[in-house]
Amino acid sequence: MTRSYAPRAAITAACDASGVTRLTRLRSDGPLAVRETPDAVYLVGAAASPLGGDDLALDVEVGAGARLTVRSAASALALPGDGPSRMTVRARVGAGAHLDYAPEPTVAARGCDHRAVTSVELAADATLRWREELVLGRHGEAPGAHTARFDVTLDGRPLLRHALDLTDPSVYTTAPVLGAARAVGSVLLAGPGLTTEPHTAEGLSVLPLTGPAVLVTATAADAATLRRRLTTGAERASRTPAPAC
Amino acid sequence: MHPSLLLLADSRLPAGGHAHSGGLEPAVTAGTVTDIPSLTAFLRGRLATTGLVTAALAAAACALAVTATEPVEEDRLPGLPRAGGATGTGTPAEAATHRASDPPPSGTTTGTVNRATVTGDGGLAVAWEVLDAEADTRTPSPAQRRAARAQGRSLARVALRTWPSAALDVLARQGAHHPLVLGAATAAAGGGPRDAASIAAYGSVTGGASAGVRLLGLDPLGVNEALGGLAAAIDAVAAEAAGYAGRPWAELPAPSAPVLDLYAEAHAGADLRLFES
Amino acid sequence: MGAHFGHGADHHAATPPGGRALRLGIGGPVGSGKTALTAALCRVLRDELALAVVTNDIYTTEDADFLRREAVLSDDRITAVRTGACPHTAIRDDISANLDAVEALEQRHPGLDLVIVESGGDNLTALFSRGLADRQIFVLDVAGGDDVPRKGGLGVAAADLLVINKTDLAPLVGSDLELMASDAARVRDGKPVALTSLREAPGAPEVAAWVRRVVAGSREHAPA
Repeated sequence: MTRSYAPRAAITAACDASGVTRLTRLRSDGPLAVRETPDAVYLVGAAASPLGGDDLALDVEVGAGARLTVRSAASALALPGDGPSRMTVRARVGAGAHLDYAPEPTVAARGCDHRAVTSVELAADATLRWREELVLGRHGEAPGAHTARFDVTLDGRPLLRHALDLTDPSVYTTAPVLGAARAVGSVLLAGPGLTTEPHTAEGLSVLPLTGPAVLVTATAADAATLRRRLTTGAERASRTPAPAC
Repeated sequence: MHPSLLLLADSRLPAGGHAHSGGLEPAVTAGTVTDIPSLTAFLRGRLATTGLVTAALAAAACALAVTATEPVEEDRLPGLPRAGGATGTGTPAEAATHRASDPPPSGTTTGTVNRATVTGDGGLAVAWEVLDAEADTRTPSPAQRRAARAQGRSLARVALRTWPSAALDVLARQGAHHPLVLGAATAAAGGGPRDAASIAAYGSVTGGASAGVRLLGLDPLGVNEALGGLAAAIDAVAAEAAGYAGRPWAELPAPSAPVLDLYAEAHAGADLRLFES
Repeated sequence: MGAHFGHGADHHAATPPGGRALRLGIGGPVGSGKTALTAALCRVLRDELALAVVTNDIYTTEDADFLRREAVLSDDRITAVRTGACPHTAIRDDISANLDAVEALEQRHPGLDLVIVESGGDNLTALFSRGLADRQIFVLDVAGGDDVPRKGGLGVAAADLLVINKTDLAPLVGSDLELMASDAARVRDGKPVALTSLREAPGAPEVAAWVRRVVAGSREHAPA
């Protein structure tokens, strides 16, 4: 029996007549609490969420010309419970708008069965920074099952479809997927002026996509190293290529 | 399986595969594959990620190519279905129409394929472009996109010679991703989406296995034994992939292999390498 | 420098379809001087023929880099193909990567007269597929042993031109040039053999003359 606990939270940002971004809607629901601070909207969910059986959803809307930054106060902990848990995030970023979405990592605790589904729709000249980080288990703990699917469109055309399936250790611990890494994450940057040159370093790839976007992916032994690698990669991706001599 | 399809699956098919290691050469360089057990694990990981993506794309391409070769009459086409209407049980024509018109998951949109594009000649080219873009979006590594297109070109050349078809013509012109060409070639050789998925899933591990024999001097009998041990997993991936053939392309699986992406880019910039990818 | 055996008759029936370049394969064992010969031909012929080169390297882009460093052709006329540790496969069993490279060069440079495909160093049985090369040269060197021509092998026996290179080394390595030439003539059934020393005649004049003839011949045979 799966309990039907389905909190729905929402953040809407719009640009007013004077060009200032206003939060026109801020809806908290259950463990998905959202708080406005001077520099960002924070997700301040209860520490123990999502819990098996939860079906959480967050809607983010950034109106034309507006700028929104979303952070979280702490890591999310995916825990086992009554059936699988699910977190659905849907974001729409309007013309000329910018969304910077970078919550703290999700930790897949022992026995969890979590699915994260994210879709982002970008208008033609919208820009984006979207970070996702996942840590496999708390310290010394074998993780539960975690799958993530990330779909991004730009002006109605697909830009990136990227999934991570961490259900079968005999698959995800192999060399092509994660190897021995315990943390994995990505930063998607979309917009003009990004690098067109791929780059790799230990546990880090900077991958220019076919559209005007760069996917930075990293794997690491721990969350701190993962963050450092993603930050390095994102800086690299944002570096405008030097003009040819 | 029909002998034509065996030809298509044969590693001796002159389609350029021998010069691609599927990321195995950089894995050997990095020291993560050193023997048959680590090679087997590598292939298992590759199969479940890249293998599933390419098998699903190949199955979808095969379904589209089959649709294109059948006369599609207006009255055979159902009305544009609503969300959730695609079950994969319809005729290829229905499947293509479903695929083309269903809203993709989570409200994302795919572009502009509709019934007209699937039935018209120029429109068919658009449908192939849309599917090719779906392959691009599931291949974040530029080096892997280049390798997929290079292998697609080589396969189109040999397939057009042996099993000429309109779909292969279009794909050769577009320089499409390998799994699309494989799907169209499977259709032209008389196979269906499940066949295309099987050949793609099988091909996702045999190239790396052969590269392992060449790069590490592994016992070919042992490597063959390892491939035999993967047969059930290959079949399961093919079955899962083929299950998407009637569904909207946006829903096709996209499991990533982050380290494989890293390997692909590191390899493209390496001085010492024997394989193209 | 060097003697020319045989009458130069052309046993190879294939002629390139009209409108495209003649494709010339250059094969032979490692170290026999394929890249040096390719560079020599480029230097001698580049002013009279529109040329491009595909290298098949067994390990690195060194050969292509060599050709570029020597500035025998501009960079965009040289393409390096990797062969997955199987140089013979890339020129014989599965020629697709080479065909891709040749066609890309032909597209980039309309009106090419000649595309040279240089094989990675391989064994004596490596032959170019007729699907890839219209004509082929097999390069041996005297230091590889003067019994090699006698033993034959597909490359020695069947190539359109056999080049026995580094003749200047013959006295140093104790190889008998006359023996090599006569053995070669026998196993080659009259097809031409050229003895060359790129050190003494850097332009490989005899090989260049043969290439000029086959390019001219392919033009004659090509449909108008």
